[in-house]
Amino acid sequence: MIMEILDEITGKEYEFGFTTNIESDKISAGLNEDIIRIISKKKEEPEWLLEWRLEAFRIWEKMQEPAWAHVQYEKPDFQAISYYSAPKSKPKLNSLDELDPELRKTMDRLGISIDEQKRLNGIAVDFVMDSVSVATSFKEKLGELGIIFCSISEAIREHGDLVKQYLGTVVPRTDNFYAALNSAVFTDGSFCYIPKGVRCPMELSTYFRINEAGTGQFERTLLIADEESYVSYLEGCTAPQRDENQLHAAVVELVALEKAEIKYSTVQNWYPGDKDGKGGVFNFVTKRGLCAGYKSKISWTQVETGSAVTWKYPSCVLKGDYSVGEFYSVAVTNHHQQADTGTKMIHIGNHTHSTIISKGISAGNSNNSYRGLVQINPSAHHARNFSQCDSLLMTDTSGAHTFPYIEVNNSSAQVEHEATTSKIGEDQIFYCLQRGLDEEQAISMIVNGYAKEVLNKLPMEFAVEAQKLLAISLEGSVG
Amino acid sequence: MIEIKNLQASIGEKQILKGLNLTVKPGEVHAIMGPNGSGKSTLASVLAGREDYEVTGGEVVFNGKNLLELAPEERSREGLFLAFQYPVEIPGVSNMNFLKAAVGEMRKHCGLDPLSAKDFLALVKERSALVELDGQLAHRAVNEGFSGGEKKRNEVFQMAMLEPKLAILDETDSGLDIDALRIVAQGVNAMRSPERSFLVITHYQRLLDYIVPDVVHVLYKGQIVKTGPKELALELEEKGYDWIKETVA
Repeated sequence: MIMEILDEITGKEYEFGFTTNIESDKISAGLNEDIIRIISKKKEEPEWLLEWRLEAFRIWEKMQEPAWAHVQYEKPDFQAISYYSAPKSKPKLNSLDELDPELRKTMDRLGISIDEQKRLNGIAVDFVMDSVSVATSFKEKLGELGIIFCSISEAIREHGDLVKQYLGTVVPRTDNFYAALNSAVFTDGSFCYIPKGVRCPMELSTYFRINEAGTGQFERTLLIADEESYVSYLEGCTAPQRDENQLHAAVVELVALEKAEIKYSTVQNWYPGDKDGKGGVFNFVTKRGLCAGYKSKISWTQVETGSAVTWKYPSCVLKGDYSVGEFYSVAVTNHHQQADTGTKMIHIGNHTHSTIISKGISAGNSNNSYRGLVQINPSAHHARNFSQCDSLLMTDTSGAHTFPYIEVNNSSAQVEHEATTSKIGEDQIFYCLQRGLDEEQAISMIVNGYAKEVLNKLPMEFAVEAQKLLAISLEGSVG
Repeated sequence: MIEIKNLQASIGEKQILKGLNLTVKPGEVHAIMGPNGSGKSTLASVLAGREDYEVTGGEVVFNGKNLLELAPEERSREGLFLAFQYPVEIPGVSNMNFLKAAVGEMRKHCGLDPLSAKDFLALVKERSALVELDGQLAHRAVNEGFSGGEKKRNEVFQMAMLEPKLAILDETDSGLDIDALRIVAQGVNAMRSPERSFLVITHYQRLLDYIVPDVVHVLYKGQIVKTGPKELALELEEKGYDWIKETVA
């Protein structure tokens, strides 16, 4: 019976695999200084940014693609990618009603509501398709509080000083191969600034979508929470089903000043490739937050179900005394997906605390690795860390791997690490069946129970979606 | 209620049930006793539909339906309940949510609307009291960190919530101290009714002091070799299974 369900479900298509027929303005493939000049010009950028990009490109040229992750894939041909693609019809919108109907349809199919009238107390959304941000909602309402929430392109034009002050301060261009590449060619992304003492009254959200074939998405997100402010930020991603691999190399930088708190949640559902491992998105992302101020706090929560290959370590640099870093992750891999994900907690300030809860779920022939660094620097007195890394195997042919790195350079630190690996039991499933639940309900219940500690950290609206997504990703995957 | 004819089942190459016949009428409590390896737990698993076992012959009619054609969850919804010998733990899934889903499926199958939260809680309160299950246990994850006795009481509590037509208790007395045994039996007895049947699988006569059966069967080498009134259990206790082995030989 299980085999039948397996056959039925694995034939199921990726729900977001459709493409949108929108004319796009796409530049020819390849990467060199001229291409970067074209991108910068198309975006009407100031001179300082062009120079910044060119410098990043020169750094990138001297770097090697990292090979240490526990993943295997054919290296992308960086000269075969088009680094800029924008829906052509993109006008300067006066109102969201003027949005291209095709685009609007896409957003509807993705379940993104940008109708401000209908969702007065909902979520503010910035929608990024391929290389550009196409719509941002709730701008005015947020503006009244002094909150800036817009595409990074707009921020560069309108709030250049802020961007210049913070861009690349958390993830420098020299950080790694993909961060350098992103710095050279990033085309859009979201920007957010929460002023001193303001508690952002709604969830801010960016929705990323790769549509055009043969493009990569290189978005850049910069989020600054000024003193004693608070913001909760959501990020969702999907891509059409394509046979070739698409590259997504994003950089996300967060800065939390004194007593500020940033909660950053991601539900990543990029196209994972088909059941034979063909196609899918390469998700090579650098995400890092700087707890710059005293008692600042940054919390990463991620539910990773998509992408063919994931290489991602949302991290916290705990510089301020008493600052707090958290990382909660559920990573699911099925079929031939590979994920190497985890976090880095860099303790610099005194009395800094970090918590890591990672739940890996491996099904099919997939490989799922947790890789994490806890680094207590000599300056960090009385630092504390607690890490828990659990792995759940759904099949005999999947793999779970844990690579924890712990560096303690201050003897007052307290570091705890716990890890478990278990296999989903036929016994557990049969127990549920015997109580009248069907197999899909059973798996969904068992997996959601396993991942509960992390799912509980997601904002309400997202938690339900994430639970469904987990169930869909794993339907019929026990064996 | 259930009619088992010439049931044969094997696991891998090994045949375990070798032509088992058994009929249980509504309201009856049948005990199945037998030495280790006689096929008692196999019978429970085959009736519940566990995939590891292959049915190689015979038929089982449950409530007028061909039981062997039904998927495990359908058997459950038709009113067949198995109290497991080793109840599994499901971390992170609260007992309440688990039961709510199970009761919901059962009601849906019977064409009933889901219980309101209030009615559901009232039912939980009433039925958990039958097995003196601490209110806190209902909110903990399914069987997680439960003692052996708590797990068995939880099985009987679930049975009381699901109100099956036929409940199979697979060595529910194993690993229980005398107090827990009494509480479990008390829960089972409270659920006895003219419409509900029980198949009580046990090694020892002890449980049958508390749950008094109408009929006692002895299972040996995959067949029912002796059937008698409740006194048969006492006789077995006294003479041991060797007596049966000799009789059969």
